[in-house]
Order: sequence, then structure tokens, then C-alpha cells
Amino acid sequence: MPQLDDIDAAAVERGLDALDTPPGQEQGRNRLNRFVRAVLPPVAFLVLVIVVWQVLWAAAFWPEYQLPAPLAVWDELWSRINDGEAIGFIWTSVHRAVLGFLIAILIATPLGLLVAKVRPVRAAIGPFLSGLQSLPSVAWVPAAVLWFGVTPTTMYAVLLLGSVPSIANGLVAGIDQIPPILPRVGKVLGAGRLAASWHILLPAALPGYLAGLKQGWAFSWRSLMAAEIIATSPLLGKGLGAYLDDGRTLSNMDTVLAAIALILLVGVGIELLVFRPLERAVLRARGLSGAL
Amino acid sequence: MTATLDDKTAKPATEHAVRLAGVHKSFGQGARSVAALAGVDLDVAPGQFVCLLGASGCGKTTLLNLVAGLDKPTGGEIELNSSRPAVMFQEAALMPWLTAAANVELPLKLAGVSRSARKTRTGELLELVRLDGVGSKRPHELSGGMRQRVALARALASALHSSDESAARPSLLLMDEPFSALDAITRDVLQAELIRVWRSTGAAVVFVTHDVREAVRLGERVVLLSSRPGRVVQEWQAGDVSGVAEAALVDTINYRLREVISSHAAA
Repeated sequence: MPQLDDIDAAAVERGLDALDTPPGQEQGRNRLNRFVRAVLPPVAFLVLVIVVWQVLWAAAFWPEYQLPAPLAVWDELWSRINDGEAIGFIWTSVHRAVLGFLIAILIATPLGLLVAKVRPVRAAIGPFLSGLQSLPSVAWVPAAVLWFGVTPTTMYAVLLLGSVPSIANGLVAGIDQIPPILPRVGKVLGAGRLAASWHILLPAALPGYLAGLKQGWAFSWRSLMAAEIIATSPLLGKGLGAYLDDGRTLSNMDTVLAAIALILLVGVGIELLVFRPLERAVLRARGLSGAL
Repeated sequence: MTATLDDKTAKPATEHAVRLAGVHKSFGQGARSVAALAGVDLDVAPGQFVCLLGASGCGKTTLLNLVAGLDKPTGGEIELNSSRPAVMFQEAALMPWLTAAANVELPLKLAGVSRSARKTRTGELLELVRLDGVGSKRPHELSGGMRQRVALARALASALHSSDESAARPSLLLMDEPFSALDAITRDVLQAELIRVWRSTGAAVVFVTHDVREAVRLGERVVLLSSRPGRVVQEWQAGDVSGVAEAALVDTINYRLREVISSHAAA
């Protein structure tokens, strides 16, 4: 009778490993192919929107000052780019938004950790933190102007009030979603409270935290634009919001639409260049890349 | 009881790796409290393989949590005479953001072991569970059985690090139904694997299961616990039975287990 032990146990195990290992994801067939698949649909949609716009303008349903020709808006945009003004507007707004966003991260991260891990703190300020998210940050502009005058401080105050709650909430959600087994494992592996935060809690909460950062950035940008539109002053320099407000005061629809295009461009650009790759890298490392 | 230890584990000075004396554990307060364990006595000798067997609600997992230090007993004493016990759960619970090797390395890092010593130790442990070569893979790229072996290597790393200091003290491995979520073929192979690892490390093992066959196959001692509250009902030596005797023992234990379970039907 053949004995079970005659078969090399190591070989059996290797065979089992080979059979059971989940097949690796096919590495994106072709970079060019993937790029085309990702870029073509939105570009096609954009072209469609412009075509419809052109048709509506040609049909002259609305007067020119309400619906200008796509080409007129493009001309306005192009001349602002050519005389370098557009870069100036973008720089004024973006450096403010980025700086404010970084400050927001520094404030919101410890705040989120406190709310997530300290029960009384959560009970006390948790509801307000979520509530603040539903308050449009424009609502803070009048108060900020009365407190700080029309100064850069006002801009930062509005921006922080908009983005800190969403970053902190993202971190809290990220920590809440950690499978309870992981902190237990940390404990039996000998992690103290601090080591557990650093080696287990924070990395485990990273996907939720990143989602919070992404939303926080969107809130920073929106809040700043709102503040720039409402509170304009030569002291502040001219950002995209002020440029947009110019369009309104001069009843120049070309300028208004060009400004909106630039604001969108910056928002989408930062999302695509910074947050998308970051999120993709983090999720892919954990085998969660399905959605992206 | 017959010791089936390899001679390389010299006889330690102490005669038990862990001793439980009259351990009580109840959850909740006052009249609504529920007793999970009611006076459990258990001695595990260094290097011994003990299987705790019982139906649902016998407090197997509670008992393991108490020994692991994840929870405190309501009464009684737990005397732990080993370095920090290594714990394995039903799920591998690997850190999904770390590679297999980094997972094994984590407890060494937490213990402040130097980088070069960590690398060597991690390599040794991965080799021990026959996973050398997949150290750079992430948990989601591994099969269930491989993940559970990484978890075993990680648990061993947490218990057996700094070998010079803890060599004097017997080590202890606590396993909470570690194979119950695996398919039958993998489970069979991993049971053999565990016996091999146990022999080569000389660690004492407390293995919780609800599978009688598994308990008899793996354990030198099989301890049957009653349910709600849990206490030790009976104990068998299963160290060197095989063939017909093994089948008979499985039947005996199964019979007793069913008796214990049916005693709950009246209530």
C-alpha cells in the first residue's frame, strides 16, 4: 500500500500554492491603449457640449450678452493667456489654496485622531464637525470680513472653515472602518498605544484619510473661490474669483465663462495630477484597485 | 503523559508553560452578567500540544483571549511562564498594506530588533513555513492557505524573537481555529505543516477547535469543554494513537461531545 508520506510534503504544498494563488491582474495591455481609453470619452463629451453650445448660439435663442459664441470665450481666454494675466490669476488663487490646504491638513489630522480615539471629544464635537460640513463656507465670508477686514486672513479663515471639517471627518471615517481584528493583532504582536497608532491605525485608515483629503481639497478650492468673488480688494491681488467678479460687474459674459473654465481647469487638474495617482497607488497596493 | 519532544529542547526548569487555576470570566454586570468560563483548570507543559475542543459557547475563544492578555479574568489565576504568547486567529488578519515579509517583520520591528537581525529572522521564518520566495507579495496576491502560513510565521516572530533572552523560557503558541476557514485539502496539508513547525520550534501549543478529528490528529492532549458556562469536562491522551485506535478515540470523544451538547436541549 502506498504511504502518504512517500510524497514530498514540500512538493504538495508548493503545488497547492501554485493552484490556489489568485491569478495576477493582467498588467494593462498597453499604456497607450489605456491612455486613449481614459482620455477619449471625456474629450468626446467636451466636444459634444461645445457643438451644442455653438448650435444654440447660432440659433440665437438668447441675446449675445447672455450666451456668447464659444469662439468669443476662447478669444478672451487666449488673450488673457497671451498677456500673461491668466497665469497671474491662477498663481494668486492656487498658491493661496495650496497653502491653506496644507494648514488645514496640519489642523485636521490631530483633530480627526482625537475625535476618532477619545470618546468624550467625539461625543462633544463630533456632531458639530459633521454639521459644519453641510454649512456652505460662503456663509462664513461676512463674518470673516467683519473680523479680519478684506485681507488675506479672511481668505484663509474661510478656506480653513470649509476644508478642516471634511479632512477630519475623512480621517474619522477611515479609522472607524478599520477591521477590529487589526488593532487586536497589533496588541498581541506587542504594539503599545503609540506604536499601534503609527504602525497600524494610520496605515489602516489611509484610504479613508485620502478620500477626506481629496474632498478637503475640493472644499478648499470652492471656499476660496467664494471668498474671492465676494470679498475683492486691490490689497488681495487678483485671483480667479476676482477675475470672475470683473466679468459680472462689466456684464461681460465672455470673461465670466473664461473664468469658470479656468477655475474648473485648476480643480480638475489638481485632482487628476495629485489625488488620482496617489489614491490609485494606495488602493492598488492593497488589492482594492477595482474601481480605478 | 508521554513527552514527544525532540531532545534538542532541553528539559526546562519549569514544569508548565501556562497554568490556569479556577479561571472565571463573566461578561456584563450584576444580575444580567453571563458566565463564559466557570472555574477552568488547565496545565500546559512546555512543548506540549493541547487541543481545546467544544461546541459553540464553550468559551474557547474567551479562554484564549485571557491567556493572550487581550482580556482579564473575573476570577482565578493565569500563570504564564513563557515569553509573550504568539496568537493566531481564524482569519490571517495580515496588514493589507504590507508585503508578506514586512508582516512577519512587524513584531520584530515593534520589539526594536535591529534591521539586519530582522531581515535574517524574517527569512528564516518564511523558510520555516515554506514561503521563501513570496516575501515580496502582498496579502491579496496570496491564497488563503499561504496567508495563514504568513500569519503563523508572524506569530512565531512575535514569540521567538531575541532568541538568547527568551530561550530560557518556553514559548507558547495560541491558535484560535486557524484552519476552519480553509478548504479541506489546504486544511489537511496545513495540519501536517503545523505539526512539523511545532516539532522544529519546540513551542507549547494551545489549539482551539470544534473539529474532533482535527483535535485528535494534532493534539497530544484533547480537552473537552462544556458550554455556557465553559469548564473542563474530560480529557484524553491522543499523542501516539493512530489507525484503528485513532478512529475509536474520535468516536469516543464525539459521543461525549454530543452528550454535553444534548444536555443543553432541556434548558
